Amino acid sequence: MRALDRKMLRDLRRIWAQALAIALVLGCGVMVLVAAQATQATLVATQAAYYERHRFADVFAGATRAPENIVQAARLIPGVAQAEGRISFQAILDIEGMAEPATGRILSLPAAGPGLNLPMVRLGRLPDPDRADEVALSEPFAETHGLTPGSRFRGILNGQLRDLTVTGWVLSPEFIYTMPPGAMMPDDRRHGVIWMSEAAAAAAMDMNGAVNDIALRLTRGADERAVIAALDRLLDPYGGTGAHGRDRQVSHAFLDGELSQLGAMATYLPPIFLIVAAFLVNMVLGRLIALERAQIGLMKALGYGRGEIARHYLLLAGLIGGIGVGLGWLFGWWMAGAMIGLYGDFFRFPFIIRDWGTQALAISAVLGLASVALGGLRAVWASLRLPPAEAMQPPAPPRFSRGLADMALARFRFRQTTMMIFRSVLRWPGRAAITLFGVAASVGVLVMSYFIFDAVDRLGDSVFQQANRQHVTLMLAQPQTDRATQDALSLPGVLHSEGAYVVPVRAVHGHRARLTALQGHYPDAELARLVDDAGRVVTPPRDGVVLPEMLARALDIRAGQSLTIEMLGAPRITLTLPVVEIIAQGMGQEAHIAAEALFAAMDSAPQVNLLHLAVRLDRMDALNAAIKTTPAVGGLLDWAEVRRQFDAALSDNLLTMVGIYTLIEVLIAIGVVYNAARIQLSERSYELASLRVLGFSRAEVGYVLVGEIMFLTLLAIPLGWLLGYWLALGLVGALSTDIFQIPFHITRRTFALAALAVFLAALGSVLMVRRRLDRVDLASALKARE
Amino acid sequence: MQSNSDRLPVFKAEAVTRVYRSGTVEVWALRGVDLSLVEGEMVVLLGASGSGKSTLVNILGGLDLPSGGRVFFRDQELSGASDRQLTAFRRDHVGFVFQFYNLVPSLTARENIALVTEIAQDPMTPEEALDRVGLANRMDHFPAELSGGEQQRVAIARAIAKRPDVLLCDEPTGALDSKTGVQVLDALHQVNRDLGTATVLITHNASIQRIAHRVVVLADGRIVRDEVNPTRVQPGEVSW
Repeated sequence: MRALDRKMLRDLRRIWAQALAIALVLGCGVMVLVAAQATQATLVATQAAYYERHRFADVFAGATRAPENIVQAARLIPGVAQAEGRISFQAILDIEGMAEPATGRILSLPAAGPGLNLPMVRLGRLPDPDRADEVALSEPFAETHGLTPGSRFRGILNGQLRDLTVTGWVLSPEFIYTMPPGAMMPDDRRHGVIWMSEAAAAAAMDMNGAVNDIALRLTRGADERAVIAALDRLLDPYGGTGAHGRDRQVSHAFLDGELSQLGAMATYLPPIFLIVAAFLVNMVLGRLIALERAQIGLMKALGYGRGEIARHYLLLAGLIGGIGVGLGWLFGWWMAGAMIGLYGDFFRFPFIIRDWGTQALAISAVLGLASVALGGLRAVWASLRLPPAEAMQPPAPPRFSRGLADMALARFRFRQTTMMIFRSVLRWPGRAAITLFGVAASVGVLVMSYFIFDAVDRLGDSVFQQANRQHVTLMLAQPQTDRATQDALSLPGVLHSEGAYVVPVRAVHGHRARLTALQGHYPDAELARLVDDAGRVVTPPRDGVVLPEMLARALDIRAGQSLTIEMLGAPRITLTLPVVEIIAQGMGQEAHIAAEALFAAMDSAPQVNLLHLAVRLDRMDALNAAIKTTPAVGGLLDWAEVRRQFDAALSDNLLTMVGIYTLIEVLIAIGVVYNAARIQLSERSYELASLRVLGFSRAEVGYVLVGEIMFLTLLAIPLGWLLGYWLALGLVGALSTDIFQIPFHITRRTFALAALAVFLAALGSVLMVRRRLDRVDLASALKARE
Repeated sequence: MQSNSDRLPVFKAEAVTRVYRSGTVEVWALRGVDLSLVEGEMVVLLGASGSGKSTLVNILGGLDLPSGGRVFFRDQELSGASDRQLTAFRRDHVGFVFQFYNLVPSLTARENIALVTEIAQDPMTPEEALDRVGLANRMDHFPAELSGGEQQRVAIARAIAKRPDVLLCDEPTGALDSKTGVQVLDALHQVNRDLGTATVLITHNASIQRIAHRVVVLADGRIVRDEVNPTRVQPGEVSW
């Protein structure tokens, strides 16, 4: 090994703590990028493969009752490759060991075997076409209840109590998310999908020779809008409830939303991390090499050329950068594995197509190495330009001068040690700016991370505390007169009852159309209210509709404009109503109107198909038991359970991510401050030792070192808050999907927590460096000028 | 000048040794030094490089601790003192002047002195200290704006501003040319004469010894000569 290379390795060993801190900062940036991209790429690839292998349909439609041969007609629509009809309905289930009723979506399996949305049998088998009591269950639901093949449970099918036998467990690309009707989060305990033979389903629902659910697979390049329009025309006489593409298919929409949020996290956050890390590494490494000035002069004196010296230090920088990138890759892969496992379980993908995120690897390596190389080169170049004799001399004392800021400072009559801090900041504003920027970036990213908790709190508060104060919502199998609201008071434990009416509609504005629902609100509702994200109670209008922001955006409609509403339930009429108000609602999807106005337009007596109940909680069991045997009720929503699901789903995914990001950000803050303080110590050890000699105590000398960095940290915090505000605003945009929007709301607690975390991280690392002051040998520090 | 026996000793060193260990190698910087220094005395420490002069001054100044023997400042024993005690000792009693001045570059001449007067018990004003070294007109200059000789005189002003009991100077003229060096020696001489501050001056420049009351020569960690100057000369009469 050449002496120069040996020197490089020894140098690396000498500065190992700083080199490691630099490598870790860089590694953190690389890790986040690699992990996020690899996770995102893997999940997208897995979703695509799952859909492809299991022939997930492209277009879906429901109807009240259509003749079987409608499927043949659908197959003839241009652009349709495959069509399948089936019977689909909701049922109340009575599962042993579960007090409250569960709901099930029952699907018929075509006699010839399914050709679309192929169920994947995970355990046991599909039901025998000739056995009316056999069913296969969706795996998450069956697993939650331990319903293995051979187990039995009871269901109310079309008003009749039936005993059913489980034959197997099934996964389907159609039900990656299984949502109970009316819920906003998947619930594997209270909702399951049930496959039964066509003959059995037809018999149970009186649907012989008929179907009420159509799925289509399109040819490549087919015009989906045209196919949907044709299918709508085909189903219109049979009570079609509106055909839609994958974008309105509940499971797909949620999965896509989740994946695009993850994608947004992967494209929005990690580059910020990596760029901050790269920038800091560039500066820190530059200063580290600037300290080698005398050695560079010596090497030149010994006859080494500029190229050789530059190569020597670039190699050192490259080695540090390489270690950082390597660590980042290693931990990035590990983290991606953990995250993919987490999401894979959550989505219950039957298999995983692992994508290593090659692009992220390449980008992170290039960016990581370039940042260290540039930082190194810049510093080496400055020293290389000096004649060797000058380079070997200690650098001349830095020039200070009295500027305006200095004169202002003089008025305050600070102690001289405090003056040293201020002058140093003023003398090297660029250097101070780096520390400032690094710390501010840490605070900013933390504000953005914690902001998600605020937003979720705000959302939860608005949905669960303000809008939905009922304990239970009953979904009626058929609309009833508003007397049902009074009748519900006779159910066990019910204290208060409110009715509402929801009807599926197609909202049309210009060439834009959206499948959604129109909710009719009765006046003076106390339990289920229309509330915007700011907690304001909105009175549904009599002379038009209120739209949530997201729906209005999708329809490109503004307040005052007219909206066409095609009702997809009976009576099938079309209304044209002005949009009275558009409200901010993170999870709002439906249009709202006063019930009175709705029924006037429908020319019908007031009806209800939702009952919101306030219930004595000690009577919940009795209520559940009663509902299990009430055929008029098609489904039940327990809001406490919904809240639990909401919190659980968030803590599983979002909060884990936020936790990881927080940890990394604190690591970066530590890396930045530690390095800034170490370099400060090297550059000023002579000066600081002089102070000790003059009789300053360790604490007083430490004050100069700690004071400057903590002063910059304090200065950086408000800057970080501002940055965090903008980052959070950007994140809201990046994370909003068609069905979900995070409310923009940052609490003081978030600002305080972010500042505190970074302040403590900074103080901890600068104190770590301060301890080195105690080890400085005063006598030798004064002799050696480097 | 009174005879030494009439005056109180400031420093007393008894059989002082100092061993540096680096790995398995032991380097004996001092091998048993006995020395005392009295009030108002100016002593020049002479010796070749590595003879132990700086080590001795560092120990007297509370920058280092002896490996063996005892050191007293008046009645206070320095050998075995804690870091906190040594810091207080330096702060209250000792003024240092170094070869490379050790000024804080971010503070002006006046502020460099204020640095010390702010923590001293009975200091003179920075202006008075600067006036004593003839730099009253350079008060608001930063170190980078002063010549080497001026920087060293600021360092002397800073050392005397606290009215120290003892002034320890390690090669104060080492980085200066003869003419500027004489100016610096002149400043030290005046301080010694006017304030009566006991002064130890390390040098390997033999011509400087003639300005001292007493000359102590070290070689190989031992005192090899310790004699009183029969005739002192003024700094202006010295050159090298």
